[in-house]
Amino acid sequence: MKDLRLWGLKKSPWVYHVAAASCNNCDIEILELLTPRYDVERFGVVLVGSPRHADALLVTGVINRKSLPRVLEVYEQTPKPCLVIAIGTCACNCHIFRNSYNAVGPYDKHIPVHAYIPGCPPKPEAMIMGVVKALSKL
Amino acid sequence: MSSFLSGWRLVIAFIGTLIVVPVAGLILNWVDRFVSARVQWRKGPPFYQPFADILKLLLKQTIVPQGASRTVFLLSPLVGIAGMSLVALLLFFSNTGLVVAQKTSFIGDIIVLLYLLALVPLSFIVGASASRNPVAAVGASREMTLYLGYELPFVLALLVPIVKVAQRWDVASALRIGGLVAYQQQYGPFLYSVSGVIAAVIILFTIQAKLGYVPFDIPEAEQEIMSGVLVEYSGAPLAAFRITRAMMFVLLPLLLITVLWGGITDWWAILKFLLIVVLVVLMKNTNPRLRIDQALGFFWFILAPLGIIAVVLAFIGL
Ligand code: SF4
Repeated sequence: MKDLRLWGLKKSPWVYHVAAASCNNCDIEILELLTPRYDVERFGVVLVGSPRHADALLVTGVINRKSLPRVLEVYEQTPKPCLVIAIGTCACNCHIFRNSYNAVGPYDKHIPVHAYIPGCPPKPEAMIMGVVKALSKL
Repeated sequence: MSSFLSGWRLVIAFIGTLIVVPVAGLILNWVDRFVSARVQWRKGPPFYQPFADILKLLLKQTIVPQGASRTVFLLSPLVGIAGMSLVALLLFFSNTGLVVAQKTSFIGDIIVLLYLLALVPLSFIVGASASRNPVAAVGASREMTLYLGYELPFVLALLVPIVKVAQRWDVASALRIGGLVAYQQQYGPFLYSVSGVIAAVIILFTIQAKLGYVPFDIPEAEQEIMSGVLVEYSGAPLAAFRITRAMMFVLLPLLLITVLWGGITDWWAILKFLLIVVLVVLMKNTNPRLRIDQALGFFWFILAPLGIIAVVLAFIGL
């Protein structure tokens, strides 16, 4: 049973894109993953419209006082087991906004993060590698 | 009815409707995604992808939103599956070559089929309304409007073969699926006449709308209202909805073949079936989404008059 569940999760990770105050570059790079050039649908990855359907949350951008409650709510609405993948240096460690009055710290202070993909923005290849590593760690 | 379902037929019916039709539907789902990927110059997912999706969904946590009506929310996906299983039973057992006889089906089973097909949009509407989500409510209202839109031309298109059989045979067998198939075996498919072609075009558009595929995916517009009717569903109920859709993808083209194109009596039916599926997928890939009022206008003011013309032509005998 556990193996089956793992197999299903690994073969069809549906992702939900949480843009919590990013500068939009990371988001564009995520969208690039879905284009014919990288075509992550061959690994079963589908971008879904509702966190209820998601298995992995792709979080981008520096988290701030306004977006933290929203991100927490989205995380709670996602059925478990779910992965959280922090995309971009902002999401990993706040980047240049570290000392800003509004930033409330990196994601792993608030929710469990399973993969960190640094880069500003990270390359699509790096994102694929990060997701694959997160999945093989399961 | 007693001979309709008894003995080995019952066993085959069980296996057929509970295993073969969903599995075939999921494979078709892959065909759909693969063809779409090729149209978009991509590689596309492997063939086990829909199965992996369903397996994963079945083993995931199911969340019932706070304040939702729990029973209705969890039961409505099953209504859709039950309806589709009954449609499969009716279609196969009043129509396939092995048991075909005009008398194996009961009088009026086309009307029963019409009602059973309505169970799927009904389950979507009721489930979405029970979830207490405003976005789902928007989706449900759109689903209702769309249903009201496509049902009128669909019934008119189904009237074409019924009128023809009622005129040249007897009225009782006109409302039987078995009767329609037997008539076509004797006089040739309805599709090879003017009214038949019009009815087939109408049913093709209706299939697209019933499946919720792209020009008519208004109720669950992913980018617009976050999957609409399905927004609050997760885990096993979502898998049930997906299986319902997959079964529909098998049964609706089969319905078109049954009522207009000679029935499922020989192996040609498979080729006809694949042709219809490819047409549906291509239509899905080459169209943008319509607005709900455009869709309603299309069904009511373009397809419905066409349907009336087809029925009149059928009366004249064309
Ligand atoms: S990591 Fe760079 S590209 Fe990504 S959101 Fe932050 S500043 Fe923008």
